[in-house]
Amino acid sequence: MTTPVVAVRGASVTFGAVRALSGVDLEISAGEAVGLVGHNGAGKSTIVNVINGGLTPHEGSVSYGGMASGMTGVSAARAGGVRCVFQELSLCSNLSIVENARLMHAGLTGFGWRKRALALIETKLSEVFPGNRVDCSATVGTLSIAERQMVEIALNFLDVSGPPKLVILDEPTSSLDSALAEQMLAHVRKFVSGGGSVLLISHILGEILSTSTRIVVMKDGGVVAARPVSEFTGKSLVEAMGSVVREKTRTGVRTVLDTSPTVIDIPATPRTGLGLKARKGEVIGLAGLGGHGQTAMLLALFRERSSNWLPHRPDEIAFVAGDRALNGTFPLWSILRNLSVGNLGALSKRFSVHAANEDAVGAEWKQKTAIRTPDMHLPILSLSGGNQQKVLFARALSTPARIVLMDDPMRGVDIGTKQDVYSIIRAEAEAGRTFIWYSTEMDEICLCDRVYVFRDGAIVAELSGDEVSEHNVLAASFSGEAA
Amino acid sequence: MKIKISADHIRLLIPLVSLAVLLVAVFWLQPRAMSYLGLNLLFNLAVPIALATIAQMLVIAVNDLDLSIGTFVSFAACVTAVYMPSTPLLGIFILAVAIAAYAFMGMIIHLRDLPSIVVTLGMSFVWGGLAVLILPSPGGQAPVWLRSMMTAQTPIIPFAIVASLVIGIVAHLIVMKSTLGVAIRGVGGNARSVSRAGWSVLRIKVAAYALSGFFSVLAGMALVGLTTSADANIALRYTLLSIAGVILGGGEFVGGRVSPIGAVVGALTLTLAGSFLSFLRISPDWQIGAQGAVLIVVLGLRLIFSRREA
Repeated sequence: MTTPVVAVRGASVTFGAVRALSGVDLEISAGEAVGLVGHNGAGKSTIVNVINGGLTPHEGSVSYGGMASGMTGVSAARAGGVRCVFQELSLCSNLSIVENARLMHAGLTGFGWRKRALALIETKLSEVFPGNRVDCSATVGTLSIAERQMVEIALNFLDVSGPPKLVILDEPTSSLDSALAEQMLAHVRKFVSGGGSVLLISHILGEILSTSTRIVVMKDGGVVAARPVSEFTGKSLVEAMGSVVREKTRTGVRTVLDTSPTVIDIPATPRTGLGLKARKGEVIGLAGLGGHGQTAMLLALFRERSSNWLPHRPDEIAFVAGDRALNGTFPLWSILRNLSVGNLGALSKRFSVHAANEDAVGAEWKQKTAIRTPDMHLPILSLSGGNQQKVLFARALSTPARIVLMDDPMRGVDIGTKQDVYSIIRAEAEAGRTFIWYSTEMDEICLCDRVYVFRDGAIVAELSGDEVSEHNVLAASFSGEAA
Repeated sequence: MKIKISADHIRLLIPLVSLAVLLVAVFWLQPRAMSYLGLNLLFNLAVPIALATIAQMLVIAVNDLDLSIGTFVSFAACVTAVYMPSTPLLGIFILAVAIAAYAFMGMIIHLRDLPSIVVTLGMSFVWGGLAVLILPSPGGQAPVWLRSMMTAQTPIIPFAIVASLVIGIVAHLIVMKSTLGVAIRGVGGNARSVSRAGWSVLRIKVAAYALSGFFSVLAGMALVGLTTSADANIALRYTLLSIAGVILGGGEFVGGRVSPIGAVVGALTLTLAGSFLSFLRISPDWQIGAQGAVLIVVLGLRLIFSRREA
């Protein structure tokens, strides 16, 4: 057997308390198209980053065919012939296509590289996407999103100093229409039959099944199945992605009376898919793969119900941010101030914050949400991540808001805190609040009364009651034969 | 090859048109400016400003901002006026160390992820202090070769215009044509994808800052060649003039969108705006405000054009 193009052995990666990858083995040989599927947090992007050298595994090793195993990092990966088309578009939009090619390929040097690069790109682009009308001398910023994606794919297949050996395609068709996607997949098949190898990640199972020679299924940072494509069907793929263990039993789910008043009602449209309806006291889950429109929906809901100019009525809506550092905490403020900032109006007297009121509210929520701190006046950063998240919950819940939007707030939170927060959410829902909860974790989705599954920016399925199960959510998240 | 009118062309067109309009207005007010001597006088002081603008542009290209250019150019001018005529080797050594300090500043800004505005603002006091230490009261003298270079009588086209053209073309070759230039603008556009392609963003930024320091040193020397003496506060206005020149010339604060030719044209336009206001007998006190007004008009025009495209 020949040496594989890339061999990952026993790779483990941890981010804080989260184990993103646990002892993964993955070998990709020449002439192989490996399809990689898995739900949120399965470790797909982590393994991609390990292979392309952007992330050095904390345990285990990566080696590129025929090279000394000691070499790691981006340059080793590129020297080993690994190219990567990232999920988010990653060209420099202020540069021309040719200049982007120069950045990507160190081999394009010497006098007249612009001319050579232009010829190479034009040939490659019309090879991958026959009949395209992209102007290859243009600046990337002037291209449409689909054109940028096409250019990025073509650039990565470019043969400058030796052809690419392994091309990683992370959701390459997300901004291409079906005709272009088919052209690209045809090129991938041709590339693979010519001895190249490809690692393809896609949420469209049809693409995976039609293009791959072997499919690797990941879950919870490990590989759960790796078999030739002929042994999979759309249905069995979805099953493989789900829990190997028992179906989650849904406990404590209440049936909300159909008579309670509707607080949110978004009609169905062709663009956003099915409508969304939420009743008083319901916990609504937004599921699906990350980045398929859930956060956009939450932001739209929030914007619709709050004013740009004057402080809105405080009893309407509250938002719990997911990315604490980016848009959650005020890192220089105390715990108490981080909590009270959501509802300063009610705590104020004569246009200034009333300290005694603020302290009272702080003490109340410290006890209610069990924030572990000796003093609410300590800086917020003295808390663990989970406790910071509790403060953000308390900030939202201490307002009289009837609707609470949650943007995947449990990322990187320890299990104890999660249990605390789940019970608070339950209690508050009983008391009549409505929760709209975007979560990337299946356990949390299964806690919701009703679940909407998102795909490609639209709601594609509504699950309620006993229909809320990992299998159904997965089947709806991945389009293709299984849907 | 067919000519396509793209956004980039419009970007360059606006400063060119504003320069032409100002030039026509100046000639109309003062027809005698339309001569070899007149043009040289009009644009003489634009040469050091153009060099400082290129220096600023290199820093803006990597999404940073340099608030120390004014004092750094003053410092370079003081070093030139004090050491170059008598001990040129020492002078060159000091200037080389200053450029290295600029590169080091770029390294610190990148490694520690510091805001460039804060670091360069702090450094501006360092350069200002050093300049005062070297030359406590206005004085010094220009080395003979520098003086004769800056007052050279080029045939037909005045020296100031030849020099501006050369600066523009050299900067264009470095920033728009060379590989390093592509990398520098790439860092401004999307630093992550540059590093993903296997480049060292640190090295690129250090190179951009070093180049910037080099152009600032040239600006200081050119200034001494014109004025024959130096002063610790000689170029304080250059900080804002250089930023204005870059923006006027079609550059943007973020995103690595810069244009060297445009930056030189922007510097010329700003210089000319000053002369134009003098011809209108507007007191120099108002000139900074009026330059600001010119800037606002040009930026407004650009906004209108870019809106129409979108």
